[in-house]
Amino acid sequence: MSQLLAVDAQGLHKSFGTVQAVRGLDLQVKPGEVVAFLGPNGAGKTTTIDMILGLSEPTRGSVKVYGGTPRQAIARGQVAAVMQTGGLLKDITVKETVQLTAAMFDSPRPVAEVLERAGIANLADRRVEKCSGGQQQRLRFAMALVSDPGLMILDEPTTGMDVAGRRDFWHAIRQDAQRGRTVVFATHYLDEADAYADRIVLVRQGRVVADGTAAQIKNLAAGRTVRAALGQEDPRLVRLPQVDSVEYDGARVTIRSQDSDAVLRFLLAETDAHDLEVSANNLEDAFVALTSDDAEPVVGPQLNGSEAQA
Amino acid sequence: MSTPGSTAQDRMTAIQLVDRKPARGGINGTFLWIEIKRLLRNRRTLLFTILVPAIFFAIFGLSNKNQMLPGGTHSYGEYILISLTVYAAMTSATASGAQVAVERAQGWSRQLRLTPLRPGAYIAVKAAAALVMSFIAVVAQFTIGAIAGVRLDAGTIVAAGLAAWLGSLVFAALGLMVGYLMPSQNVMQLLGPVLAIMAMLGGLFMPLEIMGSTFTDIARFSPAYGIGQIARSPLTGAWDWIWVVNAVAWLAVFVAGAALAFRKDTKRV
Repeated sequence: MSQLLAVDAQGLHKSFGTVQAVRGLDLQVKPGEVVAFLGPNGAGKTTTIDMILGLSEPTRGSVKVYGGTPRQAIARGQVAAVMQTGGLLKDITVKETVQLTAAMFDSPRPVAEVLERAGIANLADRRVEKCSGGQQQRLRFAMALVSDPGLMILDEPTTGMDVAGRRDFWHAIRQDAQRGRTVVFATHYLDEADAYADRIVLVRQGRVVADGTAAQIKNLAAGRTVRAALGQEDPRLVRLPQVDSVEYDGARVTIRSQDSDAVLRFLLAETDAHDLEVSANNLEDAFVALTSDDAEPVVGPQLNGSEAQA
Repeated sequence: MSTPGSTAQDRMTAIQLVDRKPARGGINGTFLWIEIKRLLRNRRTLLFTILVPAIFFAIFGLSNKNQMLPGGTHSYGEYILISLTVYAAMTSATASGAQVAVERAQGWSRQLRLTPLRPGAYIAVKAAAALVMSFIAVVAQFTIGAIAGVRLDAGTIVAAGLAAWLGSLVFAALGLMVGYLMPSQNVMQLLGPVLAIMAMLGGLFMPLEIMGSTFTDIARFSPAYGIGQIARSPLTGAWDWIWVVNAVAWLAVFVAGAALAFRKDTKRV
């Protein structure tokens, strides 16, 4: 396969009136990568996806898909998307929906195979309006599978699916990733990003704040969290070396630090702290730390999994 | 619906970045057939297409169907049967076109923009589906007329039927235009009365001659007038190219309006 990037977004900006939804976002995705696009609500994930799909034009910056414009890639049937809502006709059946979608591409996958892979073969003759939210989400996935696209873009793909549904869905995604399918998915399920993505791109306020493997992202919010019962607030805590934050909640204090040993020594030696707990940060802590409004952007090309950045 | 082994193996071959642009921009039998099935499932469309004109025929036409009209070339029954056939064809075509409003509301138009389907192919399939529906409407009205005892010779049926059928394209375009302009699932509730007024102005409910001359002067410029006159020409024996000009001009107006509304719709996300 050529070294052409599946997605190459440079300095993307998108404003709606005075609201800047995306402000200077760069994203390079190599063919075959599975990338999670992770961020809080309003971070600009869906707006960015719309621009990658050519559904809206960036105010500034450029997007290329397989070296051409997004519309060119779509005209060649090389991109498919699973959107969060809508996009389904209510008055036709599940099977008809996939047949109709297949009719819009040259040499699509067999409809029966696609229904089976999306786990909705048993619903083939059901009207779309009678399908549950999770079933409709599987149908959107079936529609995306039918053209066997090089790039699949998914916006909150497992919304409404039950546990088994989510597992089947990710199984099918990983299967295709082995065949070289490029997948970009927006999600707010941290465990999904952690478990299924080769690479996580963390966005906040329309910018990329971290970009790397799940392990690299977790390291960014390295350190541990110390919790303890404390008689009264102690102003010395925030001045301890490498303490990131101190929060009081009634009689309990939560201290985030790069050096938890020092915190523990101080608490035990200098205060009346008791009931101490120490926990390692997980991806969720990293997510919160990196996407909170006062967080410093920590992104660096050194972390970027994509050499194409250079 | 199990998968044959060969398919499973096929599935493991590497993803190919081939061009999957569909033949003929996406115009194909599957697409057209599913569109037709959707229209046939829509009871409201069928009601507009067959039942309403049939009821009008019973109200307006049956009681005095054998009364001859001034000029003596044809009866009122023949006049109203052909006129209501035009009306049936135009309402069914409008309803078919107006379905895009529902598609837009459900996000289907947006979904289609993620496929290689050409907008022109989409319009062509919509128009073809509308023509299938108006064809059904035309056949249904002539059948109802025959059952009610209105005798038309075969040449008249074919000529009038063709005029009503092909003329319905004008209204398929009207339906598309309004469907793109209005984000409502109930476009036909607005278009129903509008079509009734157009039908009245086009002389489809009663001969324009019995109205005032001012009314007739205005009516001559209305969208259903030309098609109605053409469809009835086998009865009247009259012909005027201005009727064709009327129909083609309105087709151009509605197609341009639909294209503009479509372009506007494409920009807004």
